[in-house]
Amino acid sequence: MSDSDEMDGATMGSAEPHSDEMIRFDKVVKRFGSNVVLRELDFTVKPGEHVTLIGPSGSGKTTILRLLMTLERIDEGKIYVGDACLSHQRRGDKLVPANEKHLRSVRRRIGMVFQQFNLFPNMKVLRNLTEAPIHALGTPREEAERRARELLEMVGLTEKADAHPNELSGGQQQRVAIARALAMQPDVLLLDEVTSALDPELVAGVLNVLRDIASGTDITMLFVTHEMGFARDISDRVLMFDKGQIVEEGPPEKLLTDPDQPRTREFLRAVIERR
Amino acid sequence: MKKWEWDFAWQILPQLLRGLVVTFEATVLGSLLAFALGLVLALLRRSRIPVVSQVVWLFIEFVRSTPLLVQLYFIFFIFPITFGITLGSLTVGVLGLGVHYATYTSEVYRAGIEAVPRGQWEAATALSLPRSRVWTSVILPQAIPRVLPALGNYLISMFKETPLLLSIGVLELVGQAQNAGSEAYRFVEPYTLAGLLFLLLSYPSSVLVRRLERRVRQR
Repeated sequence: MSDSDEMDGATMGSAEPHSDEMIRFDKVVKRFGSNVVLRELDFTVKPGEHVTLIGPSGSGKTTILRLLMTLERIDEGKIYVGDACLSHQRRGDKLVPANEKHLRSVRRRIGMVFQQFNLFPNMKVLRNLTEAPIHALGTPREEAERRARELLEMVGLTEKADAHPNELSGGQQQRVAIARALAMQPDVLLLDEVTSALDPELVAGVLNVLRDIASGTDITMLFVTHEMGFARDISDRVLMFDKGQIVEEGPPEKLLTDPDQPRTREFLRAVIERR
Repeated sequence: MKKWEWDFAWQILPQLLRGLVVTFEATVLGSLLAFALGLVLALLRRSRIPVVSQVVWLFIEFVRSTPLLVQLYFIFFIFPITFGITLGSLTVGVLGLGVHYATYTSEVYRAGIEAVPRGQWEAATALSLPRSRVWTSVILPQAIPRVLPALGNYLISMFKETPLLLSIGVLELVGQAQNAGSEAYRFVEPYTLAGLLFLLLSYPSSVLVRRLERRVRQR
């Protein structure tokens, strides 16, 4: 282990809670083969801000979340989370692409909820929530379980602690997945089309849980969603994406009802017609 | 001379059962080795260090492409000369069976590991679970139940291949049958009984494996 690695680790833990940027994308380029998904993308998110990313499929929204969660690597540019660089690390006085160890230390601050829930089917609900706090953070088991039960209560599933995930409805599974992400006490929560795989009558329960989190915590939240009504309620800001770039951004009341760009208008019309 | 002598059959049965115990020993120890080593090989095959995964790949292909009998002879006759390692014949048998079948079980494990959805890895990453913990608490607990029937089938194959150990002097079931036959110069009873004993054990086992298969598929 080199000194610079340790330094990185130290700054990571003490990232200022009130620095004015939680996330910064700096000319980020992401390609899949010859397909350019993100083109020199710049944007920032403030701590505690709730930002919704909208746009047609293939516009790069989900890729942004996956880059932040370090499930994909960027090709060019830099990503910062708090005052730490996520995509790069310092070696001597140069910035080099982050290695696995660096990624591990930065990604602790970020949690993600997936479209397909991705609960661990071999573990009961409670252990889905305690596994990572115990084994990634070193939280004592009793404390992890107490906190897991609090979170289950928050998502309205107290009585499901000892159930297996496959005994739950999709909506219940997604609420467990949200609680599981919160159990790691992230600064940033990424929500990737979390209601898209649900039966329509189960969507409201999940959205209500997210509203509670948005109003009751200071977690920075990034949503990718096609639920425009929900986006309007919950977001401080909406970013409209197309072809890997931001077409337009603004407060939801403005952007979702009276957008400036024809591309945004066209997209919103298509979303409404599909319903 | 009668075609079948019940008295003789009864008389040699204890001897054959002694052989069956050795067959069991070889099968149980061999399969334990095959199941454990196969998992290690499967994990090493996925190593991020290219040399490691390539060497393991080469080893697996080599062992799979050469007959078990040759491998047994090699360990039994050539190890003592080349490496100065002399092992008992049962030990050689267990080693040969175990390593040979480990190359098959490693493929079984590999398929089981690859069948775990990518979302499971991603969720584990998103939760910052340490790599070793991802394997032991997320991936393997999902992969292994799925491959139990396939492992069971290899266990049965191995059981039926133990008579190969006769070639290096292990007195297992068929070896004992051969001895009993040579002494009395009657071979019908010993070999028939040996065959029946194999059938009696492997048929119910394969029924059990099939039932297990059905249960795994239902989950």
